[in-house]
Amino acid sequence: MFSLEGITTSVQDWLFMKFNPTMALAMECVIVILLSISLFALLGLVLVLMERKVAAQIQIRLGPNRVGPGGMFQTVADTLKLIMKEGLVPDKADKLLFNLAPFVVMMVGMLLLAPIAFAKNFQIWDINIGVLYISAVSSLSVIGILMAGWASNNKYSLLGAMRSGAQIVSYELSAGFAVLTIVVLTGSLQLSEIVKAQENGWWIFKGHIPALIAFVLYIIAVTAETNRAPFDLAEAESELTAGFHTEYSGMRFALFFLAEYINIFIVCAIGATLFFGGWMPLHIGNWEAFNHIMDYIPSSVWFMGKTFFLIFLIMWFRWTFPRLRVDQLLNLEWKYLLPISLFNLLLVAVIAILGWHF
Amino acid sequence: MYNQTEIIKDTSELGADGELVINMGPQHPATHGVLHLVVTLNGETIKKIEPHLGFIHRSIEKMCESLTYRQFIYVTSRMDYLSSHINNLGCALLIEKGMQIEVPDRAKYIRVILSELTRIASHELWLGAMAMDLGAFTPFFYAFREREMITDIMEDTCGARLTMNYIVPGGLMYDLHPDFQKKVKAFITQFKSKVTEYEDLVTNNIIFQSRTKGVGILSAEDAISYGCTGPVARASGVSCDIRKIYPYEVYDKVEFDEVIETAGDSFARYIVRVKEMNQSIRIIEQLIDNIPEGDFVAKTKNVLKLPKGEFYSRVETARGEFGVYIVSEGGTTPHRIKFRSPGFSNLSVLNHIAAGGMIGDLMASMGTLDLVIPDIDR
Repeated sequence: MFSLEGITTSVQDWLFMKFNPTMALAMECVIVILLSISLFALLGLVLVLMERKVAAQIQIRLGPNRVGPGGMFQTVADTLKLIMKEGLVPDKADKLLFNLAPFVVMMVGMLLLAPIAFAKNFQIWDINIGVLYISAVSSLSVIGILMAGWASNNKYSLLGAMRSGAQIVSYELSAGFAVLTIVVLTGSLQLSEIVKAQENGWWIFKGHIPALIAFVLYIIAVTAETNRAPFDLAEAESELTAGFHTEYSGMRFALFFLAEYINIFIVCAIGATLFFGGWMPLHIGNWEAFNHIMDYIPSSVWFMGKTFFLIFLIMWFRWTFPRLRVDQLLNLEWKYLLPISLFNLLLVAVIAILGWHF
Repeated sequence: MYNQTEIIKDTSELGADGELVINMGPQHPATHGVLHLVVTLNGETIKKIEPHLGFIHRSIEKMCESLTYRQFIYVTSRMDYLSSHINNLGCALLIEKGMQIEVPDRAKYIRVILSELTRIASHELWLGAMAMDLGAFTPFFYAFREREMITDIMEDTCGARLTMNYIVPGGLMYDLHPDFQKKVKAFITQFKSKVTEYEDLVTNNIIFQSRTKGVGILSAEDAISYGCTGPVARASGVSCDIRKIYPYEVYDKVEFDEVIETAGDSFARYIVRVKEMNQSIRIIEQLIDNIPEGDFVAKTKNVLKLPKGEFYSRVETARGEFGVYIVSEGGTTPHRIKFRSPGFSNLSVLNHIAAGGMIGDLMASMGTLDLVIPDIDR
């Protein structure tokens, strides 16, 4: 049966056979870097096209359909255009920070790829504090956004960055609490452990009501964290033209754009891992035959399927809801989501202690 | 001219007391045209809004003074381009009143149907654009799906899809397209089946309601003293529908309700326009099967000359009262002409209703005022 695990093992064996251990490790690092950069580019292309096609379906139109079969190469053409475009730097901008900001935002996205389990035993870095690492690193992206807003020397950018700062810092809490719910149920911060704990059923099914509440909270919080509509106040174009990236053009803009989609992918991947069992196939109790059939579907397909389902959900939000106002956004977090998450955490702790979950 | 230190000193003065002055427009996604708003902010809160006009001023009134009475009507389509038929009707009514031309019944019926179709098309565009201001993209496409059918009808009728010219002094330019009645009926069926989608997508949406309810409140007294008309004033409880108060054409023969809400906030203005679309459908339904046979235009002289004197006529466009005031010296062209456009008075209320709110509230208030910039600047 096809599995990514086999490929990685044979590559590693071959490297260690041919070279000394230090060399082999260095070469593995290079391969991983190249792979994650190409995954980055590929995801950007696929997700932008997906967004446009999803939007088109919702808005009773066709979407891109000219470049390549079914408009498949539309995003490639767009990227080429952005690469060739001149990247303007405003005269009064802080040159260093202005140029640094897109890379900070993108680097955060890249760092977040490390602990994600893409398939069975296919993980760059199975760190034992995986969930904590993700929460810690993902909150760094706000620095890049604030940097961009401040360095642009533009009032719209500044307003957008301030909004984004307030928003990401607040919604981080709810997302963290939702993640903690699963950590309490599993008893481990390590992502591979969390996946393994869902062998006989995904947490969303066997975690009772708290897991369901946590999932809803998580989806709302990460939609806000990634600055997506209905929480896209940081780049609300009817209010602030383009928010924090008003002054960016060319490839620097493309990096922001790419980072947005990579962030969506990452939060959805984490959501899929926590609530839908990551690469774990759908197993139901002791239905041996059913479980066996499900095992035949490769684990990478399971992982990608779940992740893209969540991505579709977030895209669906964007093309349905109007935008919230900034005070309503903060009210929603501090007056509703945060108390609910705290209560939910308490509930799940009781359930975990009494062993009521399956 | 200035050296750099002077410029910096200048901006620090502007930013006194934590104030931030931003220029919204003339190129800004929310102003829907070349309106320039100088907004003074304190953080996210708006302290003052100062609209700067004139970016699309084409001196239409002066231009009309050098055109004959037959010619100047066509220019009025370029003012409020979303109610072009109604603008033309206002001018035609004035000339007919001045020269005492008896318009055939057929023309009267068709004029009213076209006015109401124009009103629906305008409100549809407003609905989509306002939802877009509030960050929802999808209603725009849903609204344009129905608007497209009206534009097709207009194209059949008079050849143009946007700046339509069909109404002339004395009646209509041509007779109706043979498909007209069929297409209008198809549109009515389509509209009635799809209007629930707006309810689901926009009206009942909790985010939309919280964004618009209690935002941009305009009291009835203020609406009157600022000279607001149309849906803006009716949402504040002021009865000002020209079709009811000074009925023209066949509006006194058809049954329809003047939609009045009393809340005066953005949501009330939204509701008034949505309900008005339904009333327009009601009017069209009463007339579409009863268009009388006969002439579509009265016999008039080739060269029209208004008698010496002052003339005023008013019609209800999608935005409010549109008035035409002409001073004639008896010649072939108007001596002086003045258009009373609804958009100008409605814009004047913006600072009053949006100051003190947040930037997001400004979008809701401005969106529901339904501004068409060429109508304001002229």
